[in-house]
Amino acid sequence: MLALGPSTIDVVVIGAGHSGLAMSRVLSESGIDHVLLERGQVANSWRNERWDSLRLLTPNWLTRLPGYAYADDDPHGYMSGAQVADFIAHYAKWTSAPVVSDSTVTQVTQEETGYLVVTPRGNWRCRAVVLATGACSVPIIPRVAHGVPREVPQLHAQDYRNPDQLASGRVLVVGGSATGVQLAREIQDSGRSVTLAVGEHVRMPRVYRGRDIQWWLVESGLLDRRIEEEDDPERARRVPSPQLGGTPGLMVDLNLLRSEGIQLAGRLAGIRDGQAQFSGSLQNLCTLADLKLNRLLVALDEWAERFGHSADIAAIERYAKTTVDDSPRLGINLGEEVRTVLWATGYRPDYSWLKVPVFSDKGELKHDRGVVHVPGLYVLGLPYLRRRKSSFIHGAEDDARELGAHLLHFLERSAIAPNRVNCVA
Amino acid sequence: MTIQTRTADNGVNVAALLGAREALSQAPTAARFKWRATSQWLKGTHSRGTVESFYGLGGEQTHRQPYQFDSDHPEVFASEDNGATPVELVLVALAGCLSAGVAAVAQRRNIQLKSVRATVEAPMDIQGILGIDPEVRNGFDSIKVHYDIDAEASAEEIAAIVAQSQKRSAVFDVLTNPTAVAVTTSKA
Repeated sequence: MLALGPSTIDVVVIGAGHSGLAMSRVLSESGIDHVLLERGQVANSWRNERWDSLRLLTPNWLTRLPGYAYADDDPHGYMSGAQVADFIAHYAKWTSAPVVSDSTVTQVTQEETGYLVVTPRGNWRCRAVVLATGACSVPIIPRVAHGVPREVPQLHAQDYRNPDQLASGRVLVVGGSATGVQLAREIQDSGRSVTLAVGEHVRMPRVYRGRDIQWWLVESGLLDRRIEEEDDPERARRVPSPQLGGTPGLMVDLNLLRSEGIQLAGRLAGIRDGQAQFSGSLQNLCTLADLKLNRLLVALDEWAERFGHSADIAAIERYAKTTVDDSPRLGINLGEEVRTVLWATGYRPDYSWLKVPVFSDKGELKHDRGVVHVPGLYVLGLPYLRRRKSSFIHGAEDDARELGAHLLHFLERSAIAPNRVNCVA
Repeated sequence: MTIQTRTADNGVNVAALLGAREALSQAPTAARFKWRATSQWLKGTHSRGTVESFYGLGGEQTHRQPYQFDSDHPEVFASEDNGATPVELVLVALAGCLSAGVAAVAQRRNIQLKSVRATVEAPMDIQGILGIDPEVRNGFDSIKVHYDIDAEASAEEIAAIVAQSQKRSAVFDVLTNPTAVAVTTSKA
């Protein structure tokens, strides 16, 4: 391949995770010649960059990709990271997706007739590129991390596997979304004391009125809500992941964590002279989350009533308000008291290899619901890209179909004749 | 069911605020403000602060007129009590900031306010400032703010307005998060 110069193809999809494979399926259905370039193996992040006890936040029955759904005997369970990777790998095989493994894209440049995609194992010349590397390429570690004393080990959730990795003694977990609350519990359970620094968060029951919360969000249409319906799309895209875990029926909220002995503190605001400083706004953030939860439950109850579901579901529930100490801790010593800092502070996409002028002043990819502002460039699988479900596995299909249709139209109307695979009608 | 068509009027120009938000997101340098105050020591614990100019929207700005604030300590501290103590001014600033937010958020949500009253209380152990006990901090132990609000809204809506106001309040942020403070001197 190296000796032959660039291969030519209509579309290069970068990333063979659930989004890329959903797009591949859509392209195949239309007979579009394409390839998926994958830095490792299919579903690489799920296999190699998740902690051991991770469970998918959506139940198995909801885990589906275009033309393919979970069909095993545990529809109400939650997949482990390895099971998700297997699910996606089976899908790749089932769709005969044209995946080129171990092909890390190092550069994408614009050319007169499209794009040049560079990998150490050969280059590709194509008319359209789909960025499907996901939202979780690079760990976000806040700038204050520089203040952590050298003798205190710190790691990001991406590198965390299980509590055995950690020194004994107190662990400061930074981040109170799905990852942070789950890791805080498992580390506390291992015998290490945990302080959890909590910023803005989304409180949610795992099961509401006898049904998984995801059933409610899907059936009521809330996850189908489109980004253009939002007053403030930027804020809607920044909403943190809800405090959910993969333990059936268990509501993993701050009340549970507090009852288990986890020390709750406000958002990590700074580190000075080895002292972590927490914001004094924890109570208000809990109040905001409680109010938001209640508004959600009221909306779900009204929907259930309106569509006649009330008969076959359990009674309306409301949850005790979140209780925090009157004077939560405002500081803790890193070193004497805290022996490890664990950042559960999220991820961001990485497009550093994309050498096309499509970034804002802040370095964010500019796009309109996945259509990047240069012809033939698309992005998939980002939070609330087009719909609230966009970054979920079951959300990939609708986005891939709409963006696939856009892409198809682009190929058809652009000057050069499409390099179609001939399908027998 | 009646359709509510009445528009709330809390004296907040929400359209202008939203316009400013839109304009400043396009021109982030104009969003860089500098707030200033001067303070002239008069006698004892009595000082007079003045605010007049500030920087913002890319240029120097001035208030409609200068404003002055006397600060002093009460007679129980053997002072003359010519004004509020500086820590009380902090409480006034917090309530002023939160109430402005309450009005703006209520306006945005089309909720008519009838009265908004904040009561602020902040315990402090003055063994800290007197240097009696090094374990006691100089500042407040905590701050409690209570809002009494009469408005055309449910108790839950009112709680949501107050919560949102805290989320967007500068003084609330100043008090709940650490801020680096640099003090320099020069000889006149």
